[in-house]
Amino acid sequence: MVRDNVQMSQSDEGADGDEPVAPSVVSQLGLRKDRSRKERLIAGLLFACAAVSTLVTVGVVAVLLGETVMFFSQVSPVEFFTGTEWTPNFRDQNFGILPLLAGSFMVAVGSAVIALPVGLMTAIFLSEYAGSRLQGVLKPILEILAGIPTVVYGYFALTFITPLLRHFFPGTDVFNAASASIVVGIMIIPTVSSLSEDALRAVPNALREGAYGLGATKLEVSTRVVVPAALSGILASFILAISRAIGETMAVTIAAGNLPNLTLNPLESIQTMTAYIVSVSLGDTPQGTIAYQTLFAVGMTLFVITLAMNILSQWVLSRFREEYQ
Amino acid sequence: MSGAPPPLGEGRSAFHTRRRLKGVVFATLCGVATLVGVVSLAVLLVDVVIDGLGELDTAFLTSFASRFPERAGIKAGLVGSIWILVLTALFSFPVSVAAAIYLEEYARRGWLSRAIQTNIANLAGVPSIVYGILGLALFVRALGFERSVLSGALTLSLLIMPVIIIAAQEAIRAVPPTIREAAYGLGATRWQVVSRQVLPMALPGILTGTILALSRAVGETAPLIMVGAVGFIAFTPEGPMDPFTVMPLQIYQWVSRPQDEFRALAAAGIIVLLVLLLTMNAVAIVLRNRYSTRI
Repeated sequence: MVRDNVQMSQSDEGADGDEPVAPSVVSQLGLRKDRSRKERLIAGLLFACAAVSTLVTVGVVAVLLGETVMFFSQVSPVEFFTGTEWTPNFRDQNFGILPLLAGSFMVAVGSAVIALPVGLMTAIFLSEYAGSRLQGVLKPILEILAGIPTVVYGYFALTFITPLLRHFFPGTDVFNAASASIVVGIMIIPTVSSLSEDALRAVPNALREGAYGLGATKLEVSTRVVVPAALSGILASFILAISRAIGETMAVTIAAGNLPNLTLNPLESIQTMTAYIVSVSLGDTPQGTIAYQTLFAVGMTLFVITLAMNILSQWVLSRFREEYQ
Repeated sequence: MSGAPPPLGEGRSAFHTRRRLKGVVFATLCGVATLVGVVSLAVLLVDVVIDGLGELDTAFLTSFASRFPERAGIKAGLVGSIWILVLTALFSFPVSVAAAIYLEEYARRGWLSRAIQTNIANLAGVPSIVYGILGLALFVRALGFERSVLSGALTLSLLIMPVIIIAAQEAIRAVPPTIREAAYGLGATRWQVVSRQVLPMALPGILTGTILALSRAVGETAPLIMVGAVGFIAFTPEGPMDPFTVMPLQIYQWVSRPQDEFRALAAAGIIVLLVLLLTMNAVAIVLRNRYSTRI
């Protein structure tokens, strides 16, 4: 509240434009004019920097849209969105994105199955159960987990998790969706846990105390009072984490393989949208060919899906937020 | 916790025992869930160290990539990563901090600043590979920077700018309003208030956020594959227009080879990369802890 007032008063001042000129000595007037010109120059420069972020969005959309339009002038959107074969590099070209979409969603679902419950329970543990000393140890560890580069997770999946899977399920492919899902799941645990923990912490203590006063146990307070009260933040963290899983590139490229394969079996090799984009840019695909344009069409699909999920997550956060004042 | 229930027969007390038992089970489950993350990190680190420690020596740090695993090293990647780190910091830090200052101290609260703010939040969630596509089309092709360090650094700058802006905004917001009011009361202009009072107080927070964002940039692989960093070069860049590779890309190249010797090289590369990243993280945490109590 206090901050809002300050900002309001500042913007009122800004709205006047020039500073009020005191009817005093002439030299002082000159100094003031100089100062206000410099001030306006600085304000303009700062605004230009803030506007760069908008230009980035414009740039992303323009670049993706331009080549995507070219792509759709040769391939019908119906084929693209409903075709079940993705073979842009074969002589018999097929441009059905479903195998890539299915690959991305399989990894997203698989990683969500791991990360959502584990992340939420981690958040409940940190916010409701752990003392401050334990928090001081656990939170930096989760931050490190979040900071491990994705190529390292890819290595871990390929050299540790895949052999483990193949030990228990002998028919497993060397590259498989399950291994990628597991590491992506581990990777997004910190996203879920840190955002959910913030939401749980924002629930005022009066609610907890009220429930305890009615004789509730700690379990009942946590699961029936605190979690429902923080639900919007928790859901937002879930959506954001799944969006990250869909956009995740290196771990799935390394561990899940490069075989566009419309399957529901997680032990088979697949290809995600992100892995396809990497495989195109690693090869020598000449600019202007339709194979090159697929890169942008797939990129556009990926961008639209993740953007929609991010907007959804912000909407959930603001729409279902409980205000405690 | 639930207090002593009135003795109303055995059914009642069994009910309470069950409630307490459920509570213990749930607390244990939550504790175990928390351990999943901790144990995964431990297993990952131990796995990498066991695989890679044997390859790690000074020759590994001072040799270029090679077809022969016993002669291969990470020098090109290490130097390339440092080039990328420095240039990305130079590009992204000033622009991001300026944007944060504008949004917190200058912008009128209206649709424009709200639109910019929403846009920044959305950009922070765009997958890094999409930035790679932008970098490929804009820097490599349209602006003609080719597959250079410059293209890579500019692409990564765009990628981490939203992260730095959001961190810097939080740091600026944490400066108490009384400081600003006192400075305005003494007749300072807005820029004087910002540059001499607000920024110095917010700087530790801004630097912490910047270092964490830069460590993300150093670990990125996918956008640099897009802008054409190559995995197999036997020289280090001498200027911003030279071709380059970075450690994560070199690691990816080694991981994708089936031979065990190259896997070991990848693990050794990961150790070097993680040492660099953990050092950066440690600096950020020290900065945060040292200065966070001052405000």
